[in-house]
Amino acid sequence: MIVENSKTILSVQGLRASIDGIDILKGIDLTVKSGEIHAIMGLNGSGKSTFAKVLAGHADYAITGGSVQFEGKNLLELPPEERARAGLFLAFQYPIEIPGVANTQFLRLAYNTVQAQRGKEELDPLEFDDFVREKMKLLEMKSDFLDRSVNEGFSGGEKKRNEILQMALLEPKLSILDEMDSGLDIDALRIVANGVNRIANKDNAIILVTHYQRLLDYIVPDYVHVMQAGCIVMTGGKELALELETRGYDWLHENRRSLSGASA
Amino acid sequence: MSAVLQSLVNQPYKHGFVTDIESDVAPKGLNEDIIRLISAKKDEPEWLLSFRLKAYRHWLTMTEPQWQNVHYPKIDFQDISYYSAPKPKKKLASMDEVDPELLRTFEKLGVPMHERAALAGVAVDVIFDSVSVTTTYKQKLAEVGIIFCSISEAVHNHPELIQKYLGSVVPVGDNYFAALNSAVFTDGSFCFIPKGVKCPMDLSTYFRINTEGSGQFERTLIIAEEGASVSYLEGCTAPRFDTNQLHAAVVELIALDDADIKYSTVQNWYAGDENGVGGIFNFVTKRGLAKGKNSRISWTQVETGSAITWKYPSCILRGDNSVGEFYSVAVTNNYQQADTGTKMIHLGKNTRSTIVSKGISAGHSNSSYRGLVRIAPTAEGARNYSQCDSMLIGDQCGAHTFPYIQVNNNSATVEHEASTSKIGEDQLFYFAQRGIGSEEAVSMIINGFCKDVFQQLPMEFAVEATKLLSFKLEGSVG
Repeated sequence: MIVENSKTILSVQGLRASIDGIDILKGIDLTVKSGEIHAIMGLNGSGKSTFAKVLAGHADYAITGGSVQFEGKNLLELPPEERARAGLFLAFQYPIEIPGVANTQFLRLAYNTVQAQRGKEELDPLEFDDFVREKMKLLEMKSDFLDRSVNEGFSGGEKKRNEILQMALLEPKLSILDEMDSGLDIDALRIVANGVNRIANKDNAIILVTHYQRLLDYIVPDYVHVMQAGCIVMTGGKELALELETRGYDWLHENRRSLSGASA
Repeated sequence: MSAVLQSLVNQPYKHGFVTDIESDVAPKGLNEDIIRLISAKKDEPEWLLSFRLKAYRHWLTMTEPQWQNVHYPKIDFQDISYYSAPKPKKKLASMDEVDPELLRTFEKLGVPMHERAALAGVAVDVIFDSVSVTTTYKQKLAEVGIIFCSISEAVHNHPELIQKYLGSVVPVGDNYFAALNSAVFTDGSFCFIPKGVKCPMDLSTYFRINTEGSGQFERTLIIAEEGASVSYLEGCTAPRFDTNQLHAAVVELIALDDADIKYSTVQNWYAGDENGVGGIFNFVTKRGLAKGKNSRISWTQVETGSAITWKYPSCILRGDNSVGEFYSVAVTNNYQQADTGTKMIHLGKNTRSTIVSKGISAGHSNSSYRGLVRIAPTAEGARNYSQCDSMLIGDQCGAHTFPYIQVNNNSATVEHEASTSKIGEDQLFYFAQRGIGSEEAVSMIINGFCKDVFQQLPMEFAVEATKLLSFKLEGSVG
């Protein structure tokens, strides 16, 4: 939701990044305020997933220009774990498997780390168990899921639910959901989107990185940005996504000037 | 990221200090006179001197093994002092009379002895260098007929048991290092659980090498009679030295009908510095004989120390339906080398064995699993399950697996599984994205990897092992 006079959570200016000397992001500007949901759309290779990983601090990418302010801090000088503790969350497109580490242990450590950072109470295993089960209902998850190793042998849908469960636990200021709908059937998509909608509130913000419009039927964005060759080339409201769906990305080339950026 | 991985493993050894206690040290060198000196110092009976001399003469005919996957400078056996005993200032009647310097050493190791003994209900037979300083809980154990004392005491007080069992599982000429140990062993633990007795507490020994340049040749003998059971804990740590120290221990276990022996080790001898200078050479022969029907021998080891580890705790499953188990975690870092594993020799009918080995290599280290599963023609219906997993941290280390399987009975079932994994940067990034730093992430991954083995350890040991592993691998991930 767009809220009058709300605080800026993320401010990206002229961000450039490369991997192995190849420029991927070529000057991105984006402002995200609390309460807002932004969708970043674009074809494969347009740089949208890279943008998500760069914000999270992935070591493979070199920042070659620009700045990023997150809640008033210089995000780019923080190591990835401190970005996470400061409230930046990335739901991975391909969540990583960690054999041998029980999901419940992992979730509790992540939760307590963030709680400690916020000066809030940490939970012991029993308290945490009650707490996490409550959150799992939100995503219609089975209880055996806590005892399994982190993401190991999880189906695509289970992995995505696990990501959103972590989002629910960690209560981030800004969540970046990278291709959240990939690998999900329609029922799973509905459940996961429902979860996200219940987490979204006026104090946090969400960036949806997606290829398809489909997800946006379930999570309605306030802004839609279109990315091409490492730049945001167009910004509009939710209707822009529908426009893209019917006309395809090629249509953009002719109409880049007809729609002007609303928030970028 | 690689720099972080690098910096995580490189923490100095925190047990590196030398305790200044007057030692009674034999001159360097090995010959029959030295063996006679050791035997005389310990006031041993003639049969034990013959045992030693027989071993020594056999040792002279043997050559140092070359087949293991470790490399080290040639050991000069004449440059080692084979006997060193702290000079007792007076006879010790209780813990209060133990040399305060010695007690401080234990404090530094984080093993406040009386506390440990009292709180954990553990009887600690403390070996300081080569002579037992004190034995706790002995009387309580004596009430149920358990003998738990140093080998030297047992030689004097229970000669019939020593004569019957010493060398019965590991013969004097078994291998080069076992022969050396048989010739020169100075002390160690003896434990005898009589028929039908379940040992009411875990028995524990803390080993420690102290005098620079003195070899350590412990000898441990544990016997569980019919229906008896015991859980024995061995923990090791050693102070920091630049000259390599040789450690060649022999452990023999004997389980009669329906008896059960569980032997757990946490080994943290000094491993050398980050450039591979110094560290203990640990050449150990451990073997259990599941002699009676339905008996069980279970080895659990967490090997984190030593510059070189050469160790294959084995089970000879002679009794029908007997069970052998080997659970191992071996961690190597910097320039450490470990060649460790087990032998499961199935002789009796329906004998079963389980091998779970977890190797973790970091830095420039090398870790090898070497195991033998042999099913004899007599071992009708024998079964073995082996699982060998390796984990690599960084790209300078190595992990190797040498499984030998010999099956001579076609009713046997033998399974072997192996895997190799790496702590990936993607995994660390995933942890980081959830606010978890790389040290904690590595510790969590490692503990997850070792879970199957840690579950086998007694509670307080499991906690210690978990901490030790995190400590050993600090700075190895990046």
